[in-house]
Amino acid sequence: MILGWLIVILIAGGLIAWPLARLHPLLSRLIALSAVTLDLALALVLATRDFGPGSTAGGGWREELDWSWIPQFGIHFHLGMDGLSFLLVLLTLFLGVVAVVVSWTEIATAVGFYHFNLLLILAGILGVLLSLDLFLFYFSWELMLVPMYFLISVWGRERRTHAAVKFFLFTQLSGLLMLIALLALYFAHHQATGIYTFEYQDLLGTPLDPHRAMWIMLGFLAAFAVKLPAFPFHTWLPDACAEASAASNLVLASLMAATAAYAMIRFLLPLFPEAVHTISPLMIVLAVIGILYSAILAFSQTNLMRLVAYASIGHLGFVLLGIFAGNSLALRGTVMTVIAHGVSIGALFLVAGAVEKRVQSREIDTMGGLWDTIPCLSGVGLFFALAALGLPGLGDFIGEFLILIGTYQAHIAAAAVAALGVLAATFYALRFVQYAFQGTNIHSWHLPDLAAHEGFVLGVLIAVLLWLGLYPQPVLQTLAQAASHAPALWR
Amino acid sequence: MGCVHVISLLPLLIIAATSVVVLLAIAVRRNHAAAFGLTLAGLAAGICSTFFTPPNQATQLLLMDRYAFFFMGLLMAASLFIALLSYGYLAAREARREEFYVLLLVATLGAMTLTASSHFTSLFLGIEILSVALYGLIAYLRDRSLPLEAGIKYLVLAGSSSAFLAFGIALVYADLGVLDFATVAQRISSTQSGSALGLLIPGTVLILVGVGFKLALAPFHMWTPDVYEGAPAPVTAFVATVSKGGMFALLLRYFSLSGADRSPRLLLVLSIIAIASMLAGNLLALFSTNIKRILAYSSIAHMGYLLVAAEVSSRLGVGAGAFYLVAYFVMILGALGVVTLLSSGERDADRFEDYRGLFWRRPVLALIFTAMLLSLAGIPLTAGFLAKFYLVAAGADSHAWLLIFVLVVTSTIGLFYYLRVVGVMFHQPASERLVPEPLPRRTPAVSVVLVALSAFLIWFGVFPSPLLRLIQFAIGKIF
Repeated sequence: MILGWLIVILIAGGLIAWPLARLHPLLSRLIALSAVTLDLALALVLATRDFGPGSTAGGGWREELDWSWIPQFGIHFHLGMDGLSFLLVLLTLFLGVVAVVVSWTEIATAVGFYHFNLLLILAGILGVLLSLDLFLFYFSWELMLVPMYFLISVWGRERRTHAAVKFFLFTQLSGLLMLIALLALYFAHHQATGIYTFEYQDLLGTPLDPHRAMWIMLGFLAAFAVKLPAFPFHTWLPDACAEASAASNLVLASLMAATAAYAMIRFLLPLFPEAVHTISPLMIVLAVIGILYSAILAFSQTNLMRLVAYASIGHLGFVLLGIFAGNSLALRGTVMTVIAHGVSIGALFLVAGAVEKRVQSREIDTMGGLWDTIPCLSGVGLFFALAALGLPGLGDFIGEFLILIGTYQAHIAAAAVAALGVLAATFYALRFVQYAFQGTNIHSWHLPDLAAHEGFVLGVLIAVLLWLGLYPQPVLQTLAQAASHAPALWR
Repeated sequence: MGCVHVISLLPLLIIAATSVVVLLAIAVRRNHAAAFGLTLAGLAAGICSTFFTPPNQATQLLLMDRYAFFFMGLLMAASLFIALLSYGYLAAREARREEFYVLLLVATLGAMTLTASSHFTSLFLGIEILSVALYGLIAYLRDRSLPLEAGIKYLVLAGSSSAFLAFGIALVYADLGVLDFATVAQRISSTQSGSALGLLIPGTVLILVGVGFKLALAPFHMWTPDVYEGAPAPVTAFVATVSKGGMFALLLRYFSLSGADRSPRLLLVLSIIAIASMLAGNLLALFSTNIKRILAYSSIAHMGYLLVAAEVSSRLGVGAGAFYLVAYFVMILGALGVVTLLSSGERDADRFEDYRGLFWRRPVLALIFTAMLLSLAGIPLTAGFLAKFYLVAAGADSHAWLLIFVLVVTSTIGLFYYLRVVGVMFHQPASERLVPEPLPRRTPAVSVVLVALSAFLIWFGVFPSPLLRLIQFAIGKIF
């Protein structure tokens, strides 16, 4: 039942926050913040109850909720949580709180509608992470799109409409391909068993001939690869990030990627093991190309947000690599990377947003020498840049390290080339620092340094990254719970 | 024809009687409110009557089964909403408003006849009742050029399409000597053609032209944008919903009669028409900057989607078609309801400028319109999403992969122009303070309609089980 509350609180919070903005924007912000914080608190309750030291070991869904929804099609409102979904729910709610706090000063127009959209996206993401019914999964998957479209198109920069439409078309088309695949699976299952169901556990064992399995798998893969985004379907992300506000970018790059990676691990790999195995060499090649290509492009960007977006694509190349490497080590690394990427790239977006707010531009050549005038913000920027390039001791390092070890066991060449990507990341990350913060202050900026709430948020993010890098054991342990639940996948 | 038959014709009788009563009331004394009230009462009574009228084959021409009652109820509900939309609209524009309701009722009667048709005679009868009333409705604002032009265009084209239809029916009759759907469908699909004169195929093709025109399927869609643009906004809503809905219900019934062994040639033709409609509707809409024209093209595309359901016409297909039609009714009525509300006395609000920054001026209205457009695009939480889902499911079940693939790709193209309209509405005005333009007078009836339609939109999109159950019940008999 608590899983239902997680989603209901967000939607209700959004619905209440929306009209309250008419009375006072602050009310709207407070409602949104308390809804997300309440959710985070609930999730932490779950952490101690289900995954804490006292909880019993073993597999199974730690929390479950199953209501009949559209019985005519065998559709259930079925939510379930294991270690894997729990970690990402926690990430989502944590970054959700961050997004609301950051919007506090950044968003000034249509505050109520903004928070409604933000909370609806978070609800959609939780829906994706928790659904055990494939229809509900698809429903939540698509539910994220419209509010995200508004987030880009209403609160974005100059070319926001173009970016928002591009984002929407990419994700919608790929989503519809997934719908066809989903229905093909549904009817294949009916053909084999005579039962109409979208139930995850039931569909797992659907017998499919290899040819059909491949097509169905490709339909799912299209949606996940676009959403992640994986090379060569990534072009919408830099465009969207260049136009959207920092908080939207946080949601767009960190959380949407998390849902895509989660969907691959939860649905793609277990549903079509053979087809995934067949296609994995191709996906590994694409992942490696994506890692190197995005590093090169990141290096040549002049728009700060775009640079971070390409950095994000690079990290997500590692995620893709880990998913298709085909072993448990890489998969653990993938989840670790998804979490660390969410925090570090999200934080870089926030830093870029904070700089933008001060110099009124996203172009890197309007900056330079900022360290003299805003040392704290510059220092924080350096920290997250180092995290993004994979400095040992921080979260990203652990994830990428595990992925590379795992990939090495399967494909030595891929691991070797991907390792070059880590090297390439140093170039763009340091360029970010060099051009924005170092050098001489040619524009003679005199700017206010970090405000209290900015400093607090970024400080918390730093702490989380350090924790993930120095003591990743809790995360890996929680994953172990998911592993014992689906042993075939995590062997 | 006994008493039982007459009773089962109750919904048709009620609407016919109402039109006569309204006509007589006008003859006694012109009163807009009275005509309006009588119309609403008649339609409401008609809707209620569908729930308890006993199903029956009333004469050879009309099969009053639950399927027919379901669609009649739907058509009358749509007419009810359109009457509510029209009241304020006419009050602001036209001196003689009362006859509008007579025409509206008669046209609804024609469409209702179609849903119960089991015979080509009643098909023709229904189409003619519907069309003749529509000529008047489209050109109702006589002193304006656009409605007149649209009315004449519709008159000429509908007249010629009726000629095609009549000629096709004559050919089929010459060949088979029967005109009831069951026999004809069976003979057309039987492999060794039961045709004596070889007139069956040409006859069917001619009938298809007539039907295609009524549904505005490509390549018979040319009239749609002009008529949608020229007709008064509530009449546009009528053309888009009731007029097409009745025809579609008939098509769905016809195809379900012929069952699984349908003629592959006919299926091929239908597939081509469906694909052409989906492509033409969605592609042409991209180049339009007039809201009513965009909705016209969108409705062409939607008829293409619906044809997929007709073609599949398994139990799942008919259910999907019925559900889609309900969803389509809700969203197109909602969209045109917003257009009606925003229209000024001089012209209908069909330009992009009328909607620029609407969200910042009238947020609720903008959000309702957004919801309707997103539903047309098939986005979750709306009825359009589940309708599309149901349709794709029906297609996948019958392995109509090409059709559903085209459906998916074209509906993504469609998303582009819906989003363009949405983008215009959310466009932030450059200056903080706009010149406060005089907003059209609010009419409570239209607001009620819009709120009700939005509620239906979300209800069917989130909790469709009751509607699905109703549809299952309605189509239970024809399988």
